[in-house]
Amino acid sequence: MSLGPARLRVWWLASGGLAVLAASLAGLVLGPADLGLGEVLAEMANRLPLVEVDSGLGERQQAIIWEIRLPRVVLGLLVGAMLATAGGAYQGVFRNPLADPYLLGVAAGAGFGVTLAIVSGAGDGVGILDPVPLSAFAGALAAVTLTYLVGATGSRLDPVTSLVLSGVAVASFFTALQTFIQQRESETIRQVYFFVLGQLRTAGWNDVALLAPYTGVCLTVILLVRHRLDALGVGDEEAGSLGLDVKRMRLTTVVAASLGTAAAVSVSGLIGFVGIIVPHTVRLLFGTSYRVILPLTVLFGGAFLVLADIVARLVVQPAELPIGVVTAFLGAPFFVLVLRMARRTR
Amino acid sequence: MTAISCKSVTVSFDGFEVLNGVDLDVPSGGWVTVVGPNGAGKSTLLRAIAGTLAAGGEILLDDRPIRSLARRERARLVAFVPQEPVIPTGMRVLDYVLLGRISHLGFFEIEGRDDVEVAMSALRDLDAVQLADRTADTLSGGERQRAVIARALAQESPVLLLDEPTTALDIGHQQEVLDLIDGLRSERNLTVLATMHDLTLAGQYAGLLVMLHDGVVAACGPASEVLTGETVSRYYGVRARVIDDEAGPIVVPVRRQC
Repeated sequence: MSLGPARLRVWWLASGGLAVLAASLAGLVLGPADLGLGEVLAEMANRLPLVEVDSGLGERQQAIIWEIRLPRVVLGLLVGAMLATAGGAYQGVFRNPLADPYLLGVAAGAGFGVTLAIVSGAGDGVGILDPVPLSAFAGALAAVTLTYLVGATGSRLDPVTSLVLSGVAVASFFTALQTFIQQRESETIRQVYFFVLGQLRTAGWNDVALLAPYTGVCLTVILLVRHRLDALGVGDEEAGSLGLDVKRMRLTTVVAASLGTAAAVSVSGLIGFVGIIVPHTVRLLFGTSYRVILPLTVLFGGAFLVLADIVARLVVQPAELPIGVVTAFLGAPFFVLVLRMARRTR
Repeated sequence: MTAISCKSVTVSFDGFEVLNGVDLDVPSGGWVTVVGPNGAGKSTLLRAIAGTLAAGGEILLDDRPIRSLARRERARLVAFVPQEPVIPTGMRVLDYVLLGRISHLGFFEIEGRDDVEVAMSALRDLDAVQLADRTADTLSGGERQRAVIARALAQESPVLLLDEPTTALDIGHQQEVLDLIDGLRSERNLTVLATMHDLTLAGQYAGLLVMLHDGVVAACGPASEVLTGETVSRYYGVRARVIDDEAGPIVVPVRRQC
């Protein structure tokens, strides 16, 4: 019998790649301005070296592709990949199928940061100088750091429970702070509300350039440690007796997932459920090993968010639905399904 | 040669001393079984030797203090089969056994062909190759125990710590697993330190029995010396008859008359 360790199959990866490609093309073609698939493909091909094709598109239409839709598609891929993978990684290190990337307080911290920025009159800057994403990022990191400091030290509980509970406490605290400030400055509620529901901002390539380095580094780290993530499934003590440095493993994964999530949240707001839907769907389809789940989650996470964004853009034209509404609308029923399945297998 | 040496080992939880100065030597290649009533500190002793619990006193593995050993180095010297091992839902047996290779791999390293061969040979030695491709949650109690022991064997460490290896098994499977372990011990020249509740079985397989009571070694020696009616009733608070048999002492609890 020739058997090997659980590993990714090429056609699984290929199907993930296809999903990304299909979602991206749909993201480029669909929208208020009418562009044909052939024209978009020709326009893309035209930018390749040594290829010259006339797409027949005017300057305005070309600008729609290159300056509006493509950056938004790429942003969707990055944010979706990051949130979904961070969720999958959290589910591994916390041995909790319902863990999502906001478990340790990232969302509450970012919400608080954004509220502070908006209330203090900031909010219309652009790109790197825009204080809204910066304060979302700072708030998110502050909350996770606080959670880690509170949860990792001096508790009599096991480290997983302790971290999760301190995440709950820190998140409630930041949410309370945010609500308090919001109540006093009620005219800013709408702006804060938009952030909470999430949206793929359309600031062109600036946001992509801001987010890409974080996503690149954090996803790489998570994908590298994924080979040891399965070992945490046997519990801290047993994993330790096998020679695994459990603390280092958990810290590395949590830092990478939280940093990436904070960066994603700072440009996209709080898009919920991606971190739960995608890794669980991948798990149901392709098996339970994190070696397989995480790389596929990167691909399907990106594709899913791009598709959700298309729905968000098209459903109430010419207005846009916040993307968080779309992911939650699909995610809530899915969440119930996961809960039911988790109960059945117990 | 001594594979494990404990000198005045103490462990306390919340100020309550569970081990109160345990002295114990396990000869290399031998089989020592720790017996004693619930709460005597048997599992705690094993966990301390496996290095998953902080302990006072001194524990030497292969004449080296475990405190001086790095985590991976320690796992290459001693493999631990816990009383209630956790097998993640949906994990394949081969992947589970391969977890035993972690101490032989770098932090980012993936198992190679050699590691798979070690895992398969562990399964083969336990007559369990046919389980390799099954998911762990479909296994029976006996098959599960084989998978866990295979994981320990895949660590290729010379010392095997077994915490109640037969608790979940019927008597047929108990005997089967213990025979397998004893066979592997001589084949692979392993040192076995186990804890057991079944005194008769404990006496039949161990070269040396250690009676732990209230966190100290109350008696230590061959089964015929440790398992007497007097020691059993004193430390377990039980009325029992010990029958001398050529296979070893047989301990039979006797119902108290009302």
